[in-house]
Amino acid sequence: MRETYQVQKEDFANAGKVSSHIKTTLKQLGVEPALLRRIAIAVYEAEINMVIHSDGGAITMEIDEGSIRFTFADQGPGIADIEAAMQPGYSTANEAAREFGFGAGMGLPNIQRNSDSFDIQSSPAGTILNLSYEVNP
Amino acid sequence: MTLEQILQILNGKEVYLPNEEALAQDFAFVSATDLMSDALAMVKTQEDRTILVTGLVNAQAFRTAQMLDITNIIFVRDKQPSERDLAVAEELGCNVFSSPLSMYEACGRLYEAGLRTATR
Repeated sequence: MRETYQVQKEDFANAGKVSSHIKTTLKQLGVEPALLRRIAIAVYEAEINMVIHSDGGAITMEIDEGSIRFTFADQGPGIADIEAAMQPGYSTANEAAREFGFGAGMGLPNIQRNSDSFDIQSSPAGTILNLSYEVNP
Repeated sequence: MTLEQILQILNGKEVYLPNEEALAQDFAFVSATDLMSDALAMVKTQEDRTILVTGLVNAQAFRTAQMLDITNIIFVRDKQPSERDLAVAEELGCNVFSSPLSMYEACGRLYEAGLRTATR
């Protein structure tokens, strides 16, 4: 199973809708609750990051027997300093993001903590975040 | 402590109550924050015994709660969600309450009553 969802830049009104849909879908597929919550937290943070920081992009979910994988690919402008962005409390979020309750500087650390495998690559052309989870059949 | 008792302590009122049975359920943990990433850093796994107390009144509070499997939210300082935001609570099946207390006083009273943090 493979599904792709589009995310728009600064679309705060709809931010989180994709994550809601993904969580509902995985729940229906019978993913166990503790894993489901880890996935939901990571995917939601990553979706919010895309809304706040990127020029828009796409979220792809791929499911097979042994794993659930997500790719978050945006159209830039990239993360200037990934090492700094991984530090809890570091944030470059603007005022609009903060009004919606984000910009605490916990996004990437939360995502990493709630994934089995975490890989992030960034350039001015865009950021690609890959997350994966092992699933016991 | 039941949700009904918690609401009495906070002088809370119901804003939207799709699941009335929750009033009699037992709760032991509180996630209290206006920062949704802080709520998402929740480490306790007893989400069915956790309430979210926040001054952030918008759809993201409800979506954050959904990600954490929390279905009871209390807004402090008598804040009321807009119709549009309430539609999200409706979609996600969240019970919504408001309290006239400040975040500080609400948390102080809940701590005194024995509830503990759901976040680290």
